[in-house]
Amino acid sequence: MNAHMPYILCLILFCIGIYAVLSKRNIIKIILGVVIAEYAVNLFLILVAYKAGGRAAIFSTTEHIAPQSMVDPLPHALVLTSIVIGLATTAFMIALAIRLYGKYGTFDITRMRELRG
Amino acid sequence: MIELYVLLGLMIAGAIIAIEVRNLLSAVVAVGIVGLGLSIIFLLLKAPDVAITQIVVEIAAVILLIRATLHRDIATKPCSSRPFGGFMAVLFLGLAVVAGILTFDGGLNPFGEPLMTVSEFYPLNAVAGTGATNVVTSVILDYRAYDTLGEATVLFTAVVGVLTVMRSRGRTKEEDLQENHE
Repeated sequence: MNAHMPYILCLILFCIGIYAVLSKRNIIKIILGVVIAEYAVNLFLILVAYKAGGRAAIFSTTEHIAPQSMVDPLPHALVLTSIVIGLATTAFMIALAIRLYGKYGTFDITRMRELRG
Repeated sequence: MIELYVLLGLMIAGAIIAIEVRNLLSAVVAVGIVGLGLSIIFLLLKAPDVAITQIVVEIAAVILLIRATLHRDIATKPCSSRPFGGFMAVLFLGLAVVAGILTFDGGLNPFGEPLMTVSEFYPLNAVAGTGATNVVTSVILDYRAYDTLGEATVLFTAVVGVLTVMRSRGRTKEEDLQENHE
């Protein structure tokens, strides 16, 4: 099996999200597409950090764990920040969608006439 | 690592269902499958802190999405494409695939061999430097504490934004006048 196989599956997941953002009419589907693409990016960073046979980056007082056997801790810390910010942006998008539904009575973006550019 | 491929396949199936199913509530539940599968993958990839955060965030996101779609779960129309949608989708998917091929051909290490040139420092020095046995915690709360401060700022801004957008009515002129009078 190809050594890049997990990365390729991750790229497929990202492409599904991008497809939803670009071609769907329903605003909730577009938000779901953004969320899926964001999951794929987080997953990619964690996949890059994985070391074959590695251990979680936590030391123990009862057992000696060599620092060289740990997975890469830096992407873990950055993805932790990224996940929380993703929730914040998702919540904001949902609030805007609820507001748009209240104003136009539909989630269909082609029917929100005053937003046409 | 066969579990990893099974879970990735489950996530891709969940994502396709979420995008193509007509009922909005079902779509939201399918995205929940994707997020929870993601958190199990984080556990398999030895990232327990990230997995815990992902579970909490996923549940919160699904609750918010259900709040948005509840009572409004009208099925989407069958002809739900939009003008230039297909063209844009083909263009950007092509760009994504080209970028992926370029990345896989040059530079990207094979799966399971991380590039440790920068982050080697953290496992070697975390305990002596910060006293934290969890290296991820030492990075978040000590070496890159300003990142976490920025994250809290973004979270606060988003909460203020959501409250502003969701407020049901604005202030009236009379209220403003009254406040100035007092």
